Amino acid sequence: MDLSFLAIQALNGLSSASSLFITACGLTLVFGVTRIVNFAHGSLYMIGAYTAATLVPRLLELHFGPVTFWAGILASAIIVGLIGVLIEVLLLRRIYGAPELFQLLATFGVVLVVQDLAILVFGPEDILGPRAPGLRAPVEILGRRFPSYELVLIAAGPIVLGLVWLLLRKTRFGVLVRAATQDREMIAALGVNQALLFTGTLFLGAFLAGLGGALQIPRVSAHAGMDLSIIAEAFVVTVVGGMGSVPGAFLAALIIGQLQAFGILIFPKSTLVVVFLLMAVVLAIRPYGFFGRPEAVGGTHAVGIASSKRSPYAGLIALAVIGTGLSLPLIGDAYMLKVATEILIFALFAFSLQLLIGVSGVVSFGHAAFFGLGAYGAALSLKWFALPMEAALPAGLLLAAAGALLIGGFVVRLSGIYLAMMTLAAAQIIYAVAFQWVDVTGGDNGIVGVWPSAWASGQVPFYLFTLALVTIAVLLLMRIINAPFGYALRAARDSEARAEAIGLTIRRHRWLAFTISGAAAGLAGGLYAFSRGSVDPSLLGIPTSVDALTMLLIGGIQTVTGPLVGAGFLHVLRDQIMPLTSLWRLLLGLIIIAIVLVFPRGLVGTVRGWGEERS
Amino acid sequence: MTLLSVQGLSKSFGGVAAARDVSFLLERGELLAIIGPNGAGKSTVFNMVGGQLRPDHGAVLLDGQNITAASPQKRFRLGVGRTFQVAQTFLSMSVVENVQMALVSCNGESSALWAPARTRHREEALALLEQVGMADVADRPCSALAYGDVKRVELAIALAGQPKLLLMDEPTAGMAARERADLMDLTARIADAKSIGVLFTEHDMDVVFGHAERVIVLVRGRIIAAGSPEEIRQNEEVRRAYLGDEHALEKPKGLSPA
Amino acid sequence: MSTPPLLEIWNLTASYGRAQVLFGLTFGLHAGEVLALVGRNGAGKTTTLKAIMGLVPATAQKATFKGHSLGRLPTYRIARMGLGYVPEDRRIFTDLTVEENLEAGRKAASGGRSPWTPERLFKLFPNLAEMRGRRGNQMSGGEQQMLAIARTLMGNPDAILLDEPSEGIAPVIVQMMAEAIRAMKAEGVAVLLSEQNWAFAAGISDRAIVIERGEMRFHGTMAELMADEPLRAETLGV
Repeated sequence: MDLSFLAIQALNGLSSASSLFITACGLTLVFGVTRIVNFAHGSLYMIGAYTAATLVPRLLELHFGPVTFWAGILASAIIVGLIGVLIEVLLLRRIYGAPELFQLLATFGVVLVVQDLAILVFGPEDILGPRAPGLRAPVEILGRRFPSYELVLIAAGPIVLGLVWLLLRKTRFGVLVRAATQDREMIAALGVNQALLFTGTLFLGAFLAGLGGALQIPRVSAHAGMDLSIIAEAFVVTVVGGMGSVPGAFLAALIIGQLQAFGILIFPKSTLVVVFLLMAVVLAIRPYGFFGRPEAVGGTHAVGIASSKRSPYAGLIALAVIGTGLSLPLIGDAYMLKVATEILIFALFAFSLQLLIGVSGVVSFGHAAFFGLGAYGAALSLKWFALPMEAALPAGLLLAAAGALLIGGFVVRLSGIYLAMMTLAAAQIIYAVAFQWVDVTGGDNGIVGVWPSAWASGQVPFYLFTLALVTIAVLLLMRIINAPFGYALRAARDSEARAEAIGLTIRRHRWLAFTISGAAAGLAGGLYAFSRGSVDPSLLGIPTSVDALTMLLIGGIQTVTGPLVGAGFLHVLRDQIMPLTSLWRLLLGLIIIAIVLVFPRGLVGTVRGWGEERS
Repeated sequence: MTLLSVQGLSKSFGGVAAARDVSFLLERGELLAIIGPNGAGKSTVFNMVGGQLRPDHGAVLLDGQNITAASPQKRFRLGVGRTFQVAQTFLSMSVVENVQMALVSCNGESSALWAPARTRHREEALALLEQVGMADVADRPCSALAYGDVKRVELAIALAGQPKLLLMDEPTAGMAARERADLMDLTARIADAKSIGVLFTEHDMDVVFGHAERVIVLVRGRIIAAGSPEEIRQNEEVRRAYLGDEHALEKPKGLSPA
Repeated sequence: MSTPPLLEIWNLTASYGRAQVLFGLTFGLHAGEVLALVGRNGAGKTTTLKAIMGLVPATAQKATFKGHSLGRLPTYRIARMGLGYVPEDRRIFTDLTVEENLEAGRKAASGGRSPWTPERLFKLFPNLAEMRGRRGNQMSGGEQQMLAIARTLMGNPDAILLDEPSEGIAPVIVQMMAEAIRAMKAEGVAVLLSEQNWAFAAGISDRAIVIERGEMRFHGTMAELMADEPLRAETLGV
């Protein structure tokens, strides 16, 4: 490891910091003004890359030269900016006042829609972009060759920072953006049309995302999946820098760039882990990042579970449901049982999340972490310690509970959007470990051969086994929700000030809730591992977390039974529609958006609402 | 022993002194009002007694025990109940469940995972609601009550902890005129019967002069007067500072009636 | 007054959640007059101003400004009609400099009046002239108050809703506020002034409304209110 090597690593770190900053800068600007954490920002980045990789070669055919290349990059960014305007006008404008959970989910709906649309428009193949004319030859630095394009990227970050700084300081638009970041209502009282300002901000933010993506084309090919990988990193940068702060994003990007470049030397396989650990540490010390400030008016909380009169038929209905479940093996075929098993498992998964979101008002965006920990815990104890299923399932549950205990310790100190981001980051850390620690976890391929014990194998026995465990777990959780502990969680959700004034220790209660919820999700994960016979990192990914949230949302977060109905509905829908179309994600995305906009109370909540109106 | 002894409390925010050397005493069964113009530091003092703020200097003693650094939760267990300017209740619960929740917390059962909450301490909660005249709506959702009634529920919640000291931040804000007097009469009766000391801030002078036994006047973070309502009413300095003459311009002249 | 009022409000009511705070206020504000809205803390003065600006949900039988209805218009449209608002807590943009704050408030003048410029405002508030590059968070309360008024004047309003401008600031600056209000009046700007400081309100207002617990107790000229000592003692304590 000589000096020149270190210098090259530092330069690599700077160039990735630049790219990251350009993208994250847009995200933080949009958040500052609109208070929406835009999941679709990564999608805009991906569109930028695809557009540039498609557009620039055509332009270069017309006229080859650096001017054409850079004009093409700029044009791509502008196109993405306009797409951002479209998203603002069609969607964001309608959800500025919505609870933050709904905002996150709706923008994730856009992510899903864009994933399918991108394949429709640009095709399923990765697209490798052209190299920049005039920058093809590497330069020599301390005797080592270094791509000259990377030097341009290194310069691009500070240039963008400078231009954004000028825009914010020297133009009326910039003054209004900064003013709106601080006090939106006052800006309106001075006669400024917020809608236009927000649209303008979205253009700027999307433009920067598009630019970030377009600048990548000489380095990496445009591909599906860019969206989620960049959004996770961009989230870390904005959160660490302090949400809404451009200089904070720059500083955070610099640190993260270097951490990645040199982290590779120290922990060659765990660069992602290092990055997310940084976020965890920063948030533990400064709950609002480097330059962030406490939310004066944070996003509103979604209305959760309320006390309701116990329906006289509740017991009967529960018995009928369990009875139907028990009799299913008599009427259903193997395939139906397989679907039913999965529905049960996901119902438990979603229900465990309900304890956090509907009861405690804690918006966890990384619940897949515990589902995955349960699955991996079971699979690993089977594979490495040769434990039977009867011991592997509890082992998975314990691993998930331990993970939740650890993560919960950090999470319960935070609130609002920072809390959601922290749970997301925690899930990404575990995802990264599963993905990169190949020797133990099998990496991308995961672990196969996770089969149930002999007595429980076969579709019918495993189904009944799952039915029994899920029923017990759900009944236990319901009991907890109705017990003083569940009421205490609701009390803290309804009014923190009042809860403190009657002596409730809010953090400790939430911590325990987090742990219980994680354990229940872990049980679901373990069951899932045995039902499929394998585990892989996708169980820990963002889409799995969003699945649970979607089920909750479909069912309705105000109701205890909502998640169970939501799990069934989503699963059946997926089962019926996925074979018919390749555009499943597009459809799912639209469903999520539609629920947020039209049926925020979900299926069960809406039906119950009708009933209440009639009576 | 004196119930509440506040000694030399000071607090500044970013160099601006919100409270300077504030000291006062409060006895059992006594109603003490803190008044003062907006921004005089009433809330600051109040929140330092309630545990929401930590003073820069000074001490708060409850029954001789130093509670200056105690959390709101700790203070609750030591016998401090409070109500808020904007009533804070658990809107997702029924009226009686609100009070039951407070009783559950009092009895250290808030982590209990098994027996249902809605049956615990119900009788006791109903008795408390009876005291504030809300027993007949016990099973209605708290979110369906009129605001004045929510304030009463909040009082019942605060009483559930069997407080020695009751802190009420603008107890009558947002209420209609008649409700105000009723609520304060009720508070005074309960305070007397249970010998609870009540410290409250208030903007409504009718409430202050009609119900407080002693009044403290804060201006710019400093106590400028303390005494019986009658003394305060007569105090020239108070009239000048609080009732609006402090920034007197030259005597009104050049009035141009429209 | 024969000309119709610039701002006309009939039967204004407003609630915060379930707590009703305004119970049917009716009044008019004419060009070039200062109308004081006096009453104790919590009487509903601030809510009245916010309701007119569309910042709190409110209902009114009729609410017009310059003959156009204000009903259900978004706040920015109301502001653009020429209604300026200076909130009680000033709400200047503390991350922005004095000049940037003024820029945020800039709007074209609607009538034939000569528009307010930073230079004109610096003459009105000489203190601000010395700190044009300073950020809001490094200013005293009185300076912030001046800036808040100047920022609203940059929008060249025909009427200003001014919420407790004298609150918590030094007497000498209160004097300056009075000067500023007189200057606005001289320009033909109407001022609806919510005040607790009786002497201040009495010194600069033409007419007055006394509100108590959200209801109007008095509506008339300042001279009449000055004469009605029992009412003042009862409602204002002065």
